[in-house]
Amino acid sequence: MAPLAPKSGDAIFASVERVNAELFTLTYGAMVRQLITDLEEVEEVNKQLDQMGYNIGIRLVDEFLAKSNVSRCVDFKETAEVIAKVGFKMFLGVTASVTNWDVEGTTCSIILEDNPLVDFVELPDTCQGLYYCNILSGVIRGSLEMVSMKTEVTWLRDMLRGDDVFELQVKLLKQIPEEYPYKDDE
Amino acid sequence: MAAIYSLYIINKSGGLIFYKDYGSAGRMDTNDTLRLASLWHSMHAISQQLSPVSGCSGIELLQADTFDLHCFQSLTGTKFFVISEPGVQHMEGLLKCIYELYTDYVLKNPFYEMEMPIRCELFDINLSQAVQKDRVALLGR
Repeated sequence: MAPLAPKSGDAIFASVERVNAELFTLTYGAMVRQLITDLEEVEEVNKQLDQMGYNIGIRLVDEFLAKSNVSRCVDFKETAEVIAKVGFKMFLGVTASVTNWDVEGTTCSIILEDNPLVDFVELPDTCQGLYYCNILSGVIRGSLEMVSMKTEVTWLRDMLRGDDVFELQVKLLKQIPEEYPYKDDE
Repeated sequence: MAAIYSLYIINKSGGLIFYKDYGSAGRMDTNDTLRLASLWHSMHAISQQLSPVSGCSGIELLQADTFDLHCFQSLTGTKFFVISEPGVQHMEGLLKCIYELYTDYVLKNPFYEMEMPIRCELFDINLSQAVQKDRVALLGR
C-alpha cells in the first residue's frame, strides 16, 4: 500500500472535533488568571505556562503525526513550515508564516497574525512582564523534543504588548540522533 | 475465525505497554509477551542498521509459516504491531487507526503517565470496535 498522502491543515481542521472558540479562549484566560493568583510572580507564571505547554506538546505531537500523515521532514526548514501551515491550522484554526531565517537555517520566526487565545485580552499594568501565550512556546518545544530536536522558543513580538503581530523565535539547539549506542564495546 | 491474533504496543525504550490477544491462536503468557516485545524492539533497531537502504525505518512485515507480523513505528518511537494469520492484507490501515486511537484515548487521558502500561477503558472500548470493524471489512472483501 502506498503511504497515505499528507493532509492539509484545513482538511484536518475540518475533520476533527472542535469546541466553541469562545469557550476555549475563556478557559485559557481563566487558567492564566488563576495561575497569577496562585503564583503571584509574573515570571513564575511564564515558567509555569511554558511547562504546561511542554507537557501538552510531548503528547500532542503524536496526535499531530497520526492525523496529518506527514512523514519525516528533510530539514529544519521543512519542520518549521509544517508547524506553521499544518500544526497551527489543525489545533488553533489559524495559519502562521515562517520568516527571518538565519544563514545556518537553525533559527527562524513564526509569525501569527491571528491568535484565538487573546481574543478578549488586555494586559493590565501589573502584568506587563507576562507572556500571555507562553503555553504555545512550550507546546512547540515539547513536541519537537519528541521528534529528537532540542529547541529554544522565545517570544519576540506580542500583540498584547503593542506589537503588530505575534512573533515566536524558534532556535534549533541540537538534533539528537535516533541511533542507539551500539558501539559500547569499542 | 480471527484475522488478528494479537496486538502489541511498545514504548520507545522497548517496554511492552499494551498487549491484547484475539482468539486462541498464538496466545502467550505475560513473560513471553514481554520477551517478544523487547526482542522485537532490538531486532527492529538492528534491521535499521543492517539495511542497505539509507534512511530505512526498520522491519514492517515479518512473514512466517503460521503468522505474519505487521509493525508500524511512529516518528516518536512508539511501535505498534499485530500478529495476524498469514497473508492478511491492508494491516497498515488498521495499525494507523490504532495509532489514532492511542493519541485520542491514551495520550489525552490526563491520568495516563507517558511510557507506562496502558490501562484506559475508553481505549479498550474503541479498540475493540476498530478491530471488529476491520474484521467485518475483511470478510466483505
